[in-house]
Amino acid sequence: MLRGQSTRVPLDWKAAVLPQGQVYVIPSRCKECRFCIDFCPRDVLTLSTETNVRGYRYPVVATGKDVACVHCEFCSLVCPEYAIYTVEVAGAGVTP
Amino acid sequence: MTTLMAERHPSDPLFRADRLPHIWCPGCGIGPAMHAYAQALVESGIPLDRHVCVSGIGCSGRVPGYLNIDSYHTTHGRAIPFAMAVALVRPQLEVAVFSGDGDLFAIGGNHFIHAARRNVDLNVICINNFNYGMTGGQVGPTTPMGARATTAPYGNYEQPFSLPYLAAATGAVFVARWTSLHLRQLKQAILRAMKKRGLTFIEVLAPCPVGFGRPNEIGDAMEEMMLYRERCVVDHGAPLAALDIDLRQRDHPIVLGNFVDIERPVFDPLAMRRPAPEVEDHAPLARKEQEG
Ligand code: SF4
Ligand code: SF4
Ligand code: SF4
Repeated sequence: MLRGQSTRVPLDWKAAVLPQGQVYVIPSRCKECRFCIDFCPRDVLTLSTETNVRGYRYPVVATGKDVACVHCEFCSLVCPEYAIYTVEVAGAGVTP
Repeated sequence: MTTLMAERHPSDPLFRADRLPHIWCPGCGIGPAMHAYAQALVESGIPLDRHVCVSGIGCSGRVPGYLNIDSYHTTHGRAIPFAMAVALVRPQLEVAVFSGDGDLFAIGGNHFIHAARRNVDLNVICINNFNYGMTGGQVGPTTPMGARATTAPYGNYEQPFSLPYLAAATGAVFVARWTSLHLRQLKQAILRAMKKRGLTFIEVLAPCPVGFGRPNEIGDAMEEMMLYRERCVVDHGAPLAALDIDLRQRDHPIVLGNFVDIERPVFDPLAMRRPAPEVEDHAPLARKEQEG
């Protein structure tokens, strides 16, 4: 239990709706810093196998992570190149 | 659903998107900080045409060139006097100075301390990456003692500035420190600064993998961001004298927070020339009329 993780659960946890996000990438802007990949709380992203025109690999949704994005928008905020963002998928939210 | 490809970013209208991709190196911390500032511009509720952004020279000095608002790229170290004139002549504008540690605190150091002392109505946002990045990684006024730089191949032997301590000591009414990783907190701090009258100062610690990381055994930008994630602690009430940073001392915490939030009269050079406020002027007159 004492592994640095909080065991507290919000009272309205069951009623909360977890949004689902759709990832959009602008490959030509990416410089492969990996911030979006490593700081995504849901490990949604991985590097592409292809490169963009300047030789950088860019993020793509990893295998099996098709509905894992929770639209927290951190990837969009942390990307130094404004090369990634998410859009909430209407009606696709789930309760935990 | 898999990845969808796009041509434009929802934040593009805030940038001069035709100039993207920008010139900054992969993983440079200036980009995320500029995004937080751009979002704060919108969320401030102040119309975009009333925001002004001024910079000096350096990698961070490029920021105004990428923002789709009125913005000025001035000479080295002179962003603050330029911005001060704008703020004094057009007090209805929300003026920010967005520049780097070298520009603001070496070449422009005197301008900063006197703008803070006078409490000019400016929001100063300083990217601190501990070196002169654009010119090739020389020692600057924030380079930690012992850190390597192109002009200090055996290690820097100068005591660096602790920027929040300096800003607080010289009179800034709001002083904060965040990083290129603490972006939501940074955005909130910028919003607070935009609400306040007087000189506000926000330091943003940012990776410069080329100038600072490489000679100091910080592998890449991701590694420097991980250092921020592991070592930063938020303590708004931390003693100002204890805010020194040395990225290389891996067991020493880096303190972040909104350290100062006070009120002080704002710089108003014409205050002495103006007649006394109206209420006092008319009070004796009104009394006379009543008596008479
Ligand atoms: S929005 Fe959040 S969960 Fe979705 S990909 Fe970005 S960082 Fe990951
Ligand atoms: S954060 Fe941006 S630049 Fe970095 S890998 Fe992700 S999309 Fe590319
Ligand atoms: S030299 Fe440093 S500060 Fe300048 S763009 Fe490159 S990483 Fe950023």
